[in-house]
Amino acid sequence: MAVKIALAGNPNCGKTTLFNALTGSNQFVGNWPGVTVEKKEGRLKGHKDVTIMDLPGIYSLSPYTLEEVVARNYLVADRPDAIINIVDGTNIERNLYLSTQIMELGIPVIMAVNMMDIVAKNGDVIHIDKLSQKLGCEVVEISALKGTGITKAAEKAVALAHQKKKVTPAHAFASEVEDIIAKVEDKISSDIPQEQKRFFAIKLLEKDDKISELLSLMPDVSAEIRELEDHFDDDTESIITNERYVYISSIIGECLTKAKKGEKLSTSDKIDRFVTNRFFALPIFALVMFIVYYVSITTVGGFLTDWTNDTLFGEWIVPGARTLLENIHCAGWLTGLVVDGIISGVGAVLGFVPQMLVLFIFLAFLESCGYMSRIAFIMDRIFRKFGLSGKSFIPMLIGSGCGVPGVMASRTIENDRDRKMTIMTTTFVPCGAKLPIIALIAGAFFHNSGWVAWSAYFVGVAAIICSGIILKKTKMFAGDPAPFVMELPAYHWPTVGNVLRSMWERGWSFIKKAGTIILLSTIVLWFLMNFGWSNGTFGMLDFDGLEGAALEAAQAECVLAKVGSAIAWIFAPLGWTKAGNGWKMAVAAVSGLIAKENVVATFGQLFGFAEVAEDGSEIWKSLSLVMTPVAAYGFLVFNLLCAPCFAAMGAIKREMNNVKWFWFAIGYQCILAYIVSLCIYQIGTLITVGTFGVGTVVAFLLIIGFIYLLFRPYKESNTLNFDAKKTVSAK
Amino acid sequence: MKTLKDAKVGETVKATKLTGEGPVKRRIMDMGITKGVEIYVRKVAPLGDPVEVTVRGYELSLRKADAEMIQVE
Repeated sequence: MAVKIALAGNPNCGKTTLFNALTGSNQFVGNWPGVTVEKKEGRLKGHKDVTIMDLPGIYSLSPYTLEEVVARNYLVADRPDAIINIVDGTNIERNLYLSTQIMELGIPVIMAVNMMDIVAKNGDVIHIDKLSQKLGCEVVEISALKGTGITKAAEKAVALAHQKKKVTPAHAFASEVEDIIAKVEDKISSDIPQEQKRFFAIKLLEKDDKISELLSLMPDVSAEIRELEDHFDDDTESIITNERYVYISSIIGECLTKAKKGEKLSTSDKIDRFVTNRFFALPIFALVMFIVYYVSITTVGGFLTDWTNDTLFGEWIVPGARTLLENIHCAGWLTGLVVDGIISGVGAVLGFVPQMLVLFIFLAFLESCGYMSRIAFIMDRIFRKFGLSGKSFIPMLIGSGCGVPGVMASRTIENDRDRKMTIMTTTFVPCGAKLPIIALIAGAFFHNSGWVAWSAYFVGVAAIICSGIILKKTKMFAGDPAPFVMELPAYHWPTVGNVLRSMWERGWSFIKKAGTIILLSTIVLWFLMNFGWSNGTFGMLDFDGLEGAALEAAQAECVLAKVGSAIAWIFAPLGWTKAGNGWKMAVAAVSGLIAKENVVATFGQLFGFAEVAEDGSEIWKSLSLVMTPVAAYGFLVFNLLCAPCFAAMGAIKREMNNVKWFWFAIGYQCILAYIVSLCIYQIGTLITVGTFGVGTVVAFLLIIGFIYLLFRPYKESNTLNFDAKKTVSAK
Repeated sequence: MKTLKDAKVGETVKATKLTGEGPVKRRIMDMGITKGVEIYVRKVAPLGDPVEVTVRGYELSLRKADAEMIQVE
C-alpha cells in the first residue's frame, strides 16, 4: 500500500538533514502550486511505496505566512497517512508549541526529538516516556546529523500509517476554553470527521479567515467567541495561543531535566557575543562580505567563469564545433546558427555557472551555520526602510559582480515580499559586464572622468532605494504583512553533504533555465542580427572580411536594424536621434540582452569596425558625432537600469516562479530606465543648451509624479494576500 | 506603562500584557512571548534596532516598534 508521510517542524530543527538522510538521492524538488515556497518530496530509502513530503519549516499553523498556509492546507486537504513531527531537543519548549497544533489535526503523529547528541552534551535529560504520555503520541530520540534513531523513527511512522488509527490529542486547555471548544465542535457539520473537529473548532474560534476555504459550511460561532473574550478579557486568538504555552509550561518540568546552569556560556553564546557585538559586528560583517565577494566573484569564481568563457567555450568548443561543422560541409547558415548563435549564446550563460556554484557554497554555509540570520539582525535597520530585508544586502553585493548569482542569492530571504522586491532591484547595481559601457561613454564623452563610474553606482543605489519606497506602496506589494520577529538559531557547523546538496539544487535549477528559455532567446536574437535583405533578396548576411563603410552598410541590412529603425522614434525623446543614427543606439541596447558587454562590440560593428577594444576606444569619435554628452549619459543610465541580460532575466524568472511577476519586474525596469533617461536628456539639455519644449514639460511632470509616488502616505497591510484555495485545488 | 522597548540590556523582565492585534501580535505569541513569560534582554543590534532577547531558552530578535506592544514589569 502506498503511504505518504509528512515531515513537519520548526525552521532550524534539522528537518532538511533528516529528509536528506531518509531519502538519499531520491528527491524531487519543485514549488507548491502558485507560490514560491519550495516543495520537496522523496522516497523513503528501502521502501518503494513510501513517499516522504518535506513541509516548509514553520512555527505555527497561523494564517499569516505563506509557508504556514501551504503546510496546513497540505495537512488538512491532502491528509498524509502519518506525520513525523521533528522537535529540536535543545529548544524543546517552543518547538512543542507547533506540536500541540499538529496533534489536533487527527492524523497519526510520531515525534522525533532531534539533536539528542547536543542535548546529552549539555547534560540535559529529556524524559521521552513522560513526553509521550503528556502529548499522546510516540516519541523517539534521534540525531539527524549523526544518523542515529532515524530508521527507527521512519519504521514507526510507516507502521503508524498502516494502522490508520484515529487519534485524539492528550493535551487540554483550561476547562472554560475546553467547554467552548466542545460547543463549537457540535456545531460543525457532520461531513467533517470527528478527529478533525477540534482543529476546525479552534480555527473558527480564532477567527481564522483562511479556514472558510476548507470548510463547506461555516457555523456561526460569534456567541462562543464573545463568551470567551469576555471571560478572559483578550482576543480568542491570543487566548488559545496562551493556553498552548500554559499547557507546555505545565508539562515541561516533568519532561525535561536541565543540567545546573552555571555562569558558563555555551560556545554558541561566546561566538554570538563577538559576532553581533556593538563594535565588532559591522567590521566582521564587512570582512565576511569581502571574503564572499572576493572568492566567488573576483578570484576562484571569476577565474573559473573566465576559463569557461574564454578557454572552454572560446578556444575549444566554439572553434572545435566550427571546424567540425565545416569539415562535414554543413551549410554556412547552420554553422553560424549552431556556433555563433546557440553555442556562444548558451555558453555565455553557462559561463556563469562555476561562479554561481562557488557563491552557493558560501550561501549554503552562511545559512546553515546561523550567520545569515545575524546578517538580517545587523542590517535590518537600514534595509527595512526601503521595503527590503537585511538579507537583501548579499544579493546586491553579489550583483555588483554579476546579476545572475545576485538574483539567485535572493533565495535566502524567507519573506515573500522582501524577496520579490530584492529580485526586482538587484540588477540595478552595475555588474561587471556593464563596466565596458561605462568606460565607453566616459571615454567618448567625458574625457575618462572618474565621476562617470561613481555616478553609475550612485544611480544604481538610488534606483534601488527609490524603487523600494515606491513599490512597497503599490498594490502589488501591499498585502503580505512582514513582522520581523525572527529566531536567531544557535551556531553550528553544517555538514559538507548538506552544503553541497543545496549548492547543486540551486545551480541545477539555473542550468535548466539556460537550456530552455535562454537558448530560445539567443537563437531569435542571432537570427535577427544575421538575416536581412541584401540586394533585394532575404537571406543570411555575410559580414566576413568587411570593414569600414562596407561593414556599416551590411549591418544596416539586418532584420534587427530594420526593427531598430522602426522603433527609433520611441527613443527620440531620449536624444538618440542625431544624424539619423538613433536606430544604432536601439540595436546596441537590444544586443545587450545577450550580454551587456555586447553593447560595445555592436556599436563597433555598426560604425564599421570588425573588432574593438573592451572600452571601444576606436569608436569614441564616431559616437561623439551621433549623440550629445547629455544624451550619451542618458544612454548609459538606460543600459544600467533596463532589463538585464537573458541570463539574469532567466534567473529572475526562475526566482519569481510566476510569469506575471516576471513581466512586472522586467516591465518596471524598462519603464524606469526610459523615464530616468528621458528626464536626464530633457532637463540636461535645458540646462546646457536652453532648449525648452514639450519633452521638457513631460520630464518635469514625470519628476513630479515620481516625487508623489515616493512620498505618498501608505498603511502597512495586515492580511496575507494569497489565495489558499489555489494550493489545495491545484494538486 | 513599561514596555519591552524600555527594558535595558541585561535586564530580565516579565511580560504582563500584549497590546495590538493581528499578524504581528500572533507571531510574537507564536514565538513564545505570552503572558507571564520571562524575557532576558540580551543586546541591541549595532545600528540601534532590532533587539535580541532570550525567551523560553532560545534567542529571538524583534524590532523595537514591535517590542513596544509587549508590556512588562
